[in-house]
Formats: sequence, C-alpha cells, structure tokens
Amino acid sequence: MSLGARRAVSAYAFLALPVAFFVAIRILPAAQALFISLHRWDIVSAERPFVGAANFREIASDPRFWQAAGNTLRYVLTGIPAQLILGLGIAILLRRVARFRGFFRALYFIPFVTPIVAASWVWQWMYSPSFGPLNRMFEAAGLPAQAFLRRPSQALYAVAAMVVWEYVGFQVVIFLAGLEAIPRVFYEAAEVDGAAGWRLFRHITLPLLNPTLVFSAVYGTIVYLQLFTQVLNMTFGDQGGPLGSTLTVVLYVYIQGFQRFRMGPAAAATVALFAAILVITLAQLRFFSRQVEY
Amino acid sequence: MRRIGGVALLVCALALAAGGATGIQAQQRVTVTYWQYFFQSKVKLIDALIAQFETQNPGIHVVQETFPYDSYNQKVASAVPAGQGPDVVNLFYGWLPLYVDSGYLQPLPEDAFPTTQIERDFVPMVKAARFGGKYWALPTAVRTLALFYNRDLFRKAGLDRAPITWDELLADAKRLTERDGRGTVTLEGFGIAPNGQDHQLIREVLFRQWGAAPYSSDGHRATYNTPQGAEALRWYTDLVAKHNVAVIDFFPGGNGYRDAFVAGRAAMIVDGSFAIGAIRGSAKFDWGVATLPRLTAGGTPANFGSLWVHGLTARAKGPQREAAVKFLQFITSPDTQRLWLQQVGEIPAGKALAGDPKLEADPVYGPFIQSLPYAHATFFVDETAQRTVLVDAVNEVILNHKDPKAALDDAAAREGKILGEFWAKHR
Repeated sequence: MSLGARRAVSAYAFLALPVAFFVAIRILPAAQALFISLHRWDIVSAERPFVGAANFREIASDPRFWQAAGNTLRYVLTGIPAQLILGLGIAILLRRVARFRGFFRALYFIPFVTPIVAASWVWQWMYSPSFGPLNRMFEAAGLPAQAFLRRPSQALYAVAAMVVWEYVGFQVVIFLAGLEAIPRVFYEAAEVDGAAGWRLFRHITLPLLNPTLVFSAVYGTIVYLQLFTQVLNMTFGDQGGPLGSTLTVVLYVYIQGFQRFRMGPAAAATVALFAAILVITLAQLRFFSRQVEY
Repeated sequence: MRRIGGVALLVCALALAAGGATGIQAQQRVTVTYWQYFFQSKVKLIDALIAQFETQNPGIHVVQETFPYDSYNQKVASAVPAGQGPDVVNLFYGWLPLYVDSGYLQPLPEDAFPTTQIERDFVPMVKAARFGGKYWALPTAVRTLALFYNRDLFRKAGLDRAPITWDELLADAKRLTERDGRGTVTLEGFGIAPNGQDHQLIREVLFRQWGAAPYSSDGHRATYNTPQGAEALRWYTDLVAKHNVAVIDFFPGGNGYRDAFVAGRAAMIVDGSFAIGAIRGSAKFDWGVATLPRLTAGGTPANFGSLWVHGLTARAKGPQREAAVKFLQFITSPDTQRLWLQQVGEIPAGKALAGDPKLEADPVYGPFIQSLPYAHATFFVDETAQRTVLVDAVNEVILNHKDPKAALDDAAAREGKILGEFWAKHR
C-alpha cells in the first residue's frame, strides 16, 4: 500500500466513527419514525399492525394539527424577520462603538447561553398580568395592561418575543463576523464615488452579507420549526394553550406520542414536519443564495 | 445516584444478614422489583416496609426503583417494549386501560385477591381498577378533593367559617379578593385552576350537583351538555369573567394555584388530599380544610376520587409471581394503610380504616375521608385529551365569550369521539 493509500485508510477509519455515531443516533431513529408512521402503536403493545396512510389521514383531519402547523408558520414568519433585523441592527451599531464593544456583545449573547427552561419560567413571571414588570412598564408609559400569555391572540407573539430575545445575541455574533469579512476597500471606493449611508448599506453591505443572511435565515427557520421547550415551559399547565394558540408541531408530536401514547399519529406528524423542513430549507437555499462579485 | 447507592448498600447488608441466618436458602431467593415515582415519604416508607417484608419472608428479596414524577408514565411506557421493568408497578388508575390493553399487566389472581373480598374491604372507587370483570390492580391509599382555606385571611375579612354552599363561596371570595388601584387582582378570593384539580371539580362535582350526569351509565358517552351542565359551567367561569375573584394562571406553572395559596395570595383552593403534605410543609399561616361546598345547604354532596394502584406485570412468572403477589398483599394490607396515612398522609383505601370515627373527626383528614362514600373516580380512557377538552371549554367561555351550552356541546362531541374510539376497540 502506498503512503497516500495508507493515509486515506486512516482518514476513513477516523471518519467512520462519527459516521457510525450519526447513523445510529440520527439516521436510524429517523427511519424508525417513518416505519412507525405507517403502523398503529401505543408504545406499550407488542403488536404494531400496519395501517398504511391511516395515521396521516388522522392528523390531516385533526383541527389541532392544522392549528399547530399554522402556529408554527406564524412563529417562523414573525420570529425570523424580527431576529434578523434586530440582530443586523445591533451588529451595525456595535461596529460603530469602539469602547465596550466586547462587553455589549457578551451582554447580548448571555440569553443564548442561559438555560431555556429557567429563562422560560422567568419570562412567564414577567408576563404575569398581576405581578409581572412588563405590565407595570406599560402602565408607566400610559398603555393599557395586557393579558399576554392568557389571550389567544397575543400568546404566540409573547412566546416568539422570548425566542427572539434568546437568539438575537447569537445572530449579532454571526453578523459581526459577516460584516468584518467585507473588505473596507469597497466602502472606500464607493465613498470616493460619492455614495453614503443607505446606499452603502443597500449596495455593498447587504449583497456581500448575503451568505451570512442565508445561513441565519435557514438556521433560524429550522430553530423555529422545531420550537418546543419554550412553549412547553411558558404554558406548563395548559401545554400549547390557551385554546391551542401557542401549540407547535413538535409540541403536538410530544402530546400525541408521550402523553397520549399514540405513536402512529405522532410519527406521522414528525414525518410531515421533516418533509416541510426539507422543502423549506431547499427553497431558501435555492432562492436566496446569490453569488455576488465586485 | 448516591441515594440509590445507599439503598443498594442497605439492601445488600440486609441480604447478607438474612443470608447468614438462613444459610442455603439465600441462594434460592427470589427477587421482586417494585417501581413507583419519587416522593420522599413514600420511598422511605416502602424501604422500611421492604425490610419488614423480607424478615417475614426470608426467601424473597424486594428491590425498589423510583423515577421522577413528571416523567414516570413515559419511563414505565418506554421500559415495556425494551423488555425491562418491574414485577409490581405503581400506576395512576387513569393509565390502566393502556397497560391492560397492551398486555403489560396480568389480572390479580382470584385466589389471592377474591373479587368479593376486594369489594367488601375497599372503598367504592376501587372499581376504577376493574376492567373486563377482573381486578388488575389495588391501591394502598386513595385521594379525594376538599376546600383548603386560609383562616387568617378569613378572620381579616370578618368570616368565621368555611363556605357550605357555592353561593356562600362566591360571597366569601368577593370579600376576600384584594385589588390594587388599577383593579388588578393581587389576592384571589378563590384560587382557580382549570388544568389543576378544577376540571375534575367541574366534571364530577359541579355537573352532578347542578343536575347533569357527566357520562352515560355505561361510560361510553359524555352527557354533561345539558342546560344544567351549562349553568354549572357558567357559575364556574363567572368567577373569572363576571366577579373577578379568580385569575387563571395567577401564579404560573402546573401547581400555580397551590403556590398562590401557600404564598397567602389565594384565600381558598380546591385541592386533593395529596396536597396536604406540601401545604403543611410550606404554608406559614393558620389554614383549614372543609368538605366541598354544595349547591344548597342540604343538597347532594359529590366528590372526585382518584387513586394510584399497584399492579402485577406480565413479567412476573412462576415463583417470582408468587413472591410478587405476597408483596402486593403486604403493601395493600390494613397495617400498611395505617402506616401510609401516618407517614405519607394519604387516606386509606380500606373501608375499615376509612370508617374509623377518630379519623373522620380529624380536622385535616376528616373532610377528605367523609367524602369517600360519594367520590367518583372518572373512568379516563385518555386523561390528557379528556382534560384538555374541559379546559378548552372553560377558556372558550372566558376568553372567547362563547355561550356555555355551545362550549359544552363542542366539548361533549370532542370527548365523545375519544370515548367512542376507545369503546369501539373494546366491544
């Protein structure tokens, strides 16, 4: 065996381990979910009769599933833009300050490394209509008190706000790196040509930041499509409530599978979510990725 | 882990001691595994009972394993397909259909637990463990609901006793509720909790007292969507919507209503006997317990009963099954029931103890025990889904101003579907 071949063999040997790990804990369970979605199973029984598409038909006729799917989409459509705009805005402002930049960056990043469960409970108290500081602040500003998590029309946005708070620091760090990677010479050249302010941002920053934006949007979308912990803990007594207004697809799966032990519909919803994530991610990559060269 | 290690050491020590005494027998010891969720006083008591049981039965070795309460059902369920699990398992009665259906449990042997004897010795709600004419599990203790009230707050409001009727409760709640300058409730007259114990209260107490049978006699249909049922739901939702003496999720979390009571922020709550320990441990004020109010002073009493039961799993076979049956008899015996009451604070499942006049007069346990004869244990086929149905009905009325009758029509249709699917499989 040549030296090159030997090197290749050892490289593959090292690579095999993570691949085996990945197959065992990711690929196989995913395949199993597909299998269960075509069977009836209450997790305890030995028999798992094949039922064809019955589980899919069942979730398709369950209004709660569609409510969960609609909610999940609303989480994506409100959370992602909010997170990207806030993240980019903060990153651009941070680049303008020379002092305490690291301090501010750390400050924004803290929520991202705070345990989600603890943060969710603290937010629940902040939203409390009777005792929460948020309503005190509203009152001080002359605004009427809000029900937040207790009103179906507000609850979803109240949860989304918490998720944005959690992820905006991460977004800032990504954008700071992206902005750093844009060569100064482009701005200097444009300034020589008389461009300034918005036009610099519109024609240089935004296009050259595109790869970062696409990454953030794709990553963020997956996070929001898989939203679970925050919702579960912020609506702990009436999970996904009130009236299913904060329910997400993953929480729906959890309730079906691990509270009601209906693994078939739970797996069917999982497969549907997997398909949705795949399609949405491919579409995002296809439509938003552009090569920009100057 | 250290705890488990300690228990294991203790068990080993006991095994050695017993082995020393009985010599060769030790080699033929049968091991029985018992599972329950972790609750300090229960775990301690079972440990002590095991030691006592092993002394009486030198050939049997019992191992207790516990899991956190919040994930206990998931743990049991996922252990089954993995081929693991105990010989004797502690289950919430509402889960029995699932475990009976799947073949995880075996019926209690008729010779060791004759049906006639069970129904003679245990309180009526034990029937919740009967399925297809057989008993599948037995309780040590049972639970009912009662009204906990804060005597200090009552005195401050000029009230000298707990309410006897629901109208009285409302009037008291109005006097007890405190609001700030903006009208926001800062102290609830009644600590409402639709997803806590209140959905049980509505289902088995309010509906019945207002004159609506919650379910058809065969249990296959939900029948509470009558004008009387709607009136009961209206009375309950008016506590929030009209009288503003109660706030849903006043304190966040699954046990928020109890936390609010313990913090002195809710003057009254409806809670189960299982809450006595927690309230006794943390309430820093004078509190009392009273039987649930009725519609009129001499009106029909009603209560919701629930129970955790010990079942025999299909894993227990041969000598192991014999040993498991013995252990099961031991932990459901009147002696154990008495210790359970003293050390865990749950009310005994046996008629003899529950009928003890001294217990009935107990200021804390009394109201719960007095409620036993008229406590209904709902036959849940899918507890999570059935709870959600009623919680949603309450929210529809309070948040969406839906007519209570229409809300109950929806609820009965949804719950009827859940019941229908279950009974279609068990025809």
